[in-house]
Amino acid sequence: MSEILAELRGVSRSYQKGKEKVEVLHELDMDIPVGDFVAIMGPSGSGKTTLLNMLGGLDRPTSGTVKVGGAELSSMSNNQLSNWRSTHVGFVFQFYNLLPVLTAQKNVELPLLLTNFSAKERAERAAIALDIVGLADRARHRPAELSGGQEQRVAIARAIVSDPTLLLCDEPTGDLDRETADEILKLLQVLNSEHGKTIVMVTHDAQAAEYAKRTLHVDKGQLESRAAA
Amino acid sequence: MRFLNQIVAVTRLNILNLPQRIATSVVAIVGVTAVVLVFAAVLSMAKGFERTLTAAGSDDVAIVLRSGATSEMMSGFSHEQTQQIANLPGVRRDGDRPVSSAELFVIVDVPKIKTGKDANVPFRGVDASAFGVRDDVRIVDGRMFETGKNELIVGRGAQLEFAGLETGATVRFGRVDWEVVGAFTAGGSVSESEIWTDTPVLQDAYRRGASYQSVRVRLDSPESFAAFSDALASDPRFDVDVYTERDWYASQAEATAGFIRLLGYPVTFLMAIGAVFGALNSMYASVSSRGTEIATLRALGFGPVAVLVSTIIESTLLALVGGLVGGALAFVVFNGFRVSTLGSSFSQVVFDFAVTPDLLTQGIVVALIIGFVGGFLPALRAARLPVAQALREL
Ligand SMILES: Nc1ncnc2c1ncn2[C@@H]1O[C@H](COP(=O)(O)OP(=O)(O)O)[C@@H](O)[C@H]1O
Ligand SMILES: [Mg+2]
Repeated sequence: MSEILAELRGVSRSYQKGKEKVEVLHELDMDIPVGDFVAIMGPSGSGKTTLLNMLGGLDRPTSGTVKVGGAELSSMSNNQLSNWRSTHVGFVFQFYNLLPVLTAQKNVELPLLLTNFSAKERAERAAIALDIVGLADRARHRPAELSGGQEQRVAIARAIVSDPTLLLCDEPTGDLDRETADEILKLLQVLNSEHGKTIVMVTHDAQAAEYAKRTLHVDKGQLESRAAA
Repeated sequence: MRFLNQIVAVTRLNILNLPQRIATSVVAIVGVTAVVLVFAAVLSMAKGFERTLTAAGSDDVAIVLRSGATSEMMSGFSHEQTQQIANLPGVRRDGDRPVSSAELFVIVDVPKIKTGKDANVPFRGVDASAFGVRDDVRIVDGRMFETGKNELIVGRGAQLEFAGLETGATVRFGRVDWEVVGAFTAGGSVSESEIWTDTPVLQDAYRRGASYQSVRVRLDSPESFAAFSDALASDPRFDVDVYTERDWYASQAEATAGFIRLLGYPVTFLMAIGAVFGALNSMYASVSSRGTEIATLRALGFGPVAVLVSTIIESTLLALVGGLVGGALAFVVFNGFRVSTLGSSFSQVVFDFAVTPDLLTQGIVVALIIGFVGGFLPALRAARLPVAQALREL
């Protein structure tokens, strides 16, 4: 059994909807070993994003504990969580969330502003990240000048540039055609196998899930495991 | 360093995004511009007024008025008293004559060039000694009036502001026709707003007998004021107040300048409240239009304080632009702008607005305060943005 990177214990998350309390996650347990590539599937509204946000310290459980890389997220302050995110986790969103006014290069450099690297080092590291995702020649383009697949590659470069162990991808191919989606998924596989990134990927696309090492399903606020294809 | 990096980066993004919210930003800027413009206009008026009244105020000239008189109008001396005052210790002597000027002061109505409405203008009876107790009085057009004749000279300021006072013109004051024979300057001081003639002629025209209203003396030195003032106070023949010319002008200016400011500060304050709402509106729009961007930055690890500070900086920068534009406009439009107003001696004082660096600095400070106040609540909202929720609202 390999080392555990993330550990969720009895995690519940409920939202207040008007007078009603809606429990999205219910006493959920999850272990993610280092080097895992896990797909999380489930119908829309089942709590996949909520679960991912727990792992990334963007949301807090109503009860239960979230530990990632030995850090107990549920007991950290918002400021501590910000700092923690900047070094330990990279996010990839369905709609890329690039900043339209910045070039690809500057978008990728953003997380490095939270480090002590010099401007020169930041530029070098961002260039390496762009090279890994195969976009070295698009560094000076702005998001509007890139295709959807290219934008997602820039977003992935941004997610890995500060060398986090954990990549959290929320429907990373949800806005892409099949062919482009496959390229992005292959890139994630490479990041997992060759660069040692532990990846948690939310998707409702079964074909996308096949690129992962295993697939978990969210159902009624709990996880159920099915054999990977 | 990292913290500074964050603030600089987020501020830069805010500013790069500005073109997308140009309308609300311009409204905010214009609001601040208006405040600073009005602020600078009002205060430059007060400042210009003070400056004009104290411009030529000397420390070695003393003005003597009857005790309790707050203007020359309320004062009065006999010829004998003016002589006695002139011969007190501390007064400079030119040969065996004291350098002193006993003056008569009446008010005449003259129409303003701009409005055609009558305004009060001081009409002063003087003799040649008036030049000895004032600095820098010069005939700049025509000539000096001749004694015993119905001739007068007009201050440059009065000539520019009031109708019918051109050199060579004839005017009627106090049932007498007067010929304007010249114009004078007085170093920009309040004397330039006056009309001067020969004292005995003025006494006749206004049936004042041999009475005077003020005595001006040139002192040996500014230090002699104490000796002169003591001599007046200890002499039972007099019941008078004495001022240095500078103090007298300052006291005359104070009431009016204070009054202008009294009006100006509340007006500025009310307008500033309006401008704060403009800034608030602009910054709330900014924060809500950047919700996803802020949430993304927060997800990447940017801290709430960096978001807070950079939002305040954006708002303050917008206000600074407004303030600079307002200050520049005020300077261009109002600096040197010439007006006349009712001085506290119930007479027209012609003066220029003075938009001083000091005043511009105050205007910029007002702008920065508006920017800070208007940016604070939106900044707080930005910093407290629930990240997970904002990321959903794509
Ligand atoms: N801030 C919120 N307030 C109320 N309900 C919320 C909030 N965020 C999410 N939800 C609800 O929680 C449920 C799960 O949402 P989510 O985790 O986004 O699901 P998924 O990503 O699987 O589609 C949904 O029903 C959603 O409406
Ligand atoms: Mg979702």
